[in-house]
Amino acid sequence: MSTPERVITYGEAVREAIAEEMRRDETVFFMGEDVAAAGGVFKVTVGLLDEFGEDRVRDTPISEAGIMGAGVGAALTGMRPIVEIMFGDFITIAMDQIVNQAAKMCYMTGGQASCALTVRTTIGAGRSSAAQHSQSLQAWLSHIPGVKVAIPSTPADLKGLLKTAIRDDNPTVIYEDKMMYGLKGPVPDDDDYTIPFGVADIKREGSDVTLVATSSMVHTALKAAGMLEKEGVSAEVVDPRTLSPLDMDTIIRSVEKTSRAVVVDEAYQSYGVTGELASRIADEAFDYLDAPVKRVGAMDVPVPFSPGLEPETIPDEAKLVRTVQGLFHDVAV
Amino acid sequence: MSESLEMITTSSDEGTLPLPEPLCREIYDKMLTIRRFEEAVLDIYTQGLMRGLAHLYIGQEASAVGICSALNDDDYLTSTHRGHGHLIAKGGKVDRMMAEMMGKVDGYNRGKGGTMHIADMSLGILGANGIVGGGMGMATGAALSGKMRGSGQVAVCFFGDGAINQGAFLESANLASIWSLPVLFVCENNHYGEYTAASDVTAVREHVAERAAGFDMPAVVVDGNDAVAVHQTAVEMVQRARTGEGPCLIENKTYRYRGHHVGDGDPEKTYRTQEETDTWLAKDPIPRFARRMLKAGMMDEAELESIDTTITKRVEDAVAFANESPYPEAGEVTDHVYA
Repeated sequence: MSTPERVITYGEAVREAIAEEMRRDETVFFMGEDVAAAGGVFKVTVGLLDEFGEDRVRDTPISEAGIMGAGVGAALTGMRPIVEIMFGDFITIAMDQIVNQAAKMCYMTGGQASCALTVRTTIGAGRSSAAQHSQSLQAWLSHIPGVKVAIPSTPADLKGLLKTAIRDDNPTVIYEDKMMYGLKGPVPDDDDYTIPFGVADIKREGSDVTLVATSSMVHTALKAAGMLEKEGVSAEVVDPRTLSPLDMDTIIRSVEKTSRAVVVDEAYQSYGVTGELASRIADEAFDYLDAPVKRVGAMDVPVPFSPGLEPETIPDEAKLVRTVQGLFHDVAV
Repeated sequence: MSESLEMITTSSDEGTLPLPEPLCREIYDKMLTIRRFEEAVLDIYTQGLMRGLAHLYIGQEASAVGICSALNDDDYLTSTHRGHGHLIAKGGKVDRMMAEMMGKVDGYNRGKGGTMHIADMSLGILGANGIVGGGMGMATGAALSGKMRGSGQVAVCFFGDGAINQGAFLESANLASIWSLPVLFVCENNHYGEYTAASDVTAVREHVAERAAGFDMPAVVVDGNDAVAVHQTAVEMVQRARTGEGPCLIENKTYRYRGHHVGDGDPEKTYRTQEETDTWLAKDPIPRFARRMLKAGMMDEAELESIDTTITKRVEDAVAFANESPYPEAGEVTDHVYA
């Protein structure tokens, strides 16, 4: 029997996930800058204050390190805080609390402590917000053992992964693409709907090339796949959905079928998610590959403000198509 | 300026001992246990039985014990790299602590944390910390948690004079104050942040506790080598926090008799003077407290000696326990990355 579905936006998925988990578990609470009275700068948490009150939905000072630290302390002592960091760029200010404290508490204490902290933050360029409000820094925390990282590309994935994160006893970070808050999609109409971490999703089936894509790049990859189809190239789009843990099995099985892979992620290309995934594919699927694994990321430049420059830096479907063509035709990309 | 912002400087009358005898005995026992424990750590470190870094608490015992003797078992505590004293004061077991010093499987953290990360969640000890100021947010969050759950628990955040200059202090103190959280920020001012005099790097007139005024919270500057004064201050501030009146800043003025960590040379030959150290040695919190117990007739010299013998034996047993405990099995290296 299939579950009924509703169409909601990516932003509504955030609100529904938080609200449902707060109704379900009174230890869940939510705090961040401008999240309560204003409903967040992206307006995705409007209404939570009205339903749950100011004890459980808290506006904080602009103190990323302080509120993250408070989240860690609350999580160590029986609560399930959700901390919003308005822009992913600002997470750099709270790094000690995530990297040195939250991520290591369970391990360092020999398993005594658990830290059920959920961090929500944003990634993505495209709004002319310039270099300090546009970065996609998901590789930073994916690098840290002890943290789980989700990077959802659809309303359904966001809702299911955020609910799982809130229920998880470990520090989890959800990277939401700020350009997708208005994106609509079907979501199962079920308060207990969750998606486990570590399970990739094949967003489009294909047989000639595997496009491993994250977050907004899933949609870029789907557009590229449509363009490639017209050229007779069948592209499969695999969305890892979580970077840590990472479901390599699904990616390898896809590459086994297609023999070619391109990885696309919106972060700076160097030392990032594309590098890790391409390396893992080259290492674990070497025998299946008919061509080198290629990757497409953002240019290694600070994200520029000018509408004339910014789009140049972000991977798009045209670049992805050219890259795929290069795997078949030795085309310069 | 409101009354609550007045800074109080406090010490107790050395001629009196205005605390109940069982409490005095507990305070003395804990302080001496810390001293003997730290001497044993120095010993095992020097023998090569302990690796890493050993930051000794010797000289500061009245601070940890004075504060923790005012807490309930389920109150929270965050500690620092110089944390052994806080743990013992809150009820930590010396054998499991010593095993952790040596990285053994019977250590509090199964050998995975070591000296700078010992925790006992069952005692509300959320951990020592290797990051200066790293526990400030955590203590604030624990206090928030206690308040939200209506549990009446308070959190104590121990930190040194070095951490008062971390941004984490400003952010945590502000948050604790706007939300009236039950947290005691306890600055143990031992006058040196590693090898640099606090007075050289801290913009205050006289006391670091002056900074509390900027957060609308009361401050108390305490003779941190006077266990009675520290305890009495803590009782008052814990009561205040428990009844919803919010955070405070306590500055315990004290001194570490050893260097920043074992093996880093002789402080008196580099960044501080023998004269200064001698002044503080004359204020050693343990003999000071012992003299008061003797004067109050709570103990005699023979009993002081017998207590020392008992504690020394307990610490020796802890060292033996740690020595006999094995290292963790290699397979444990991947355990506990995730809960």
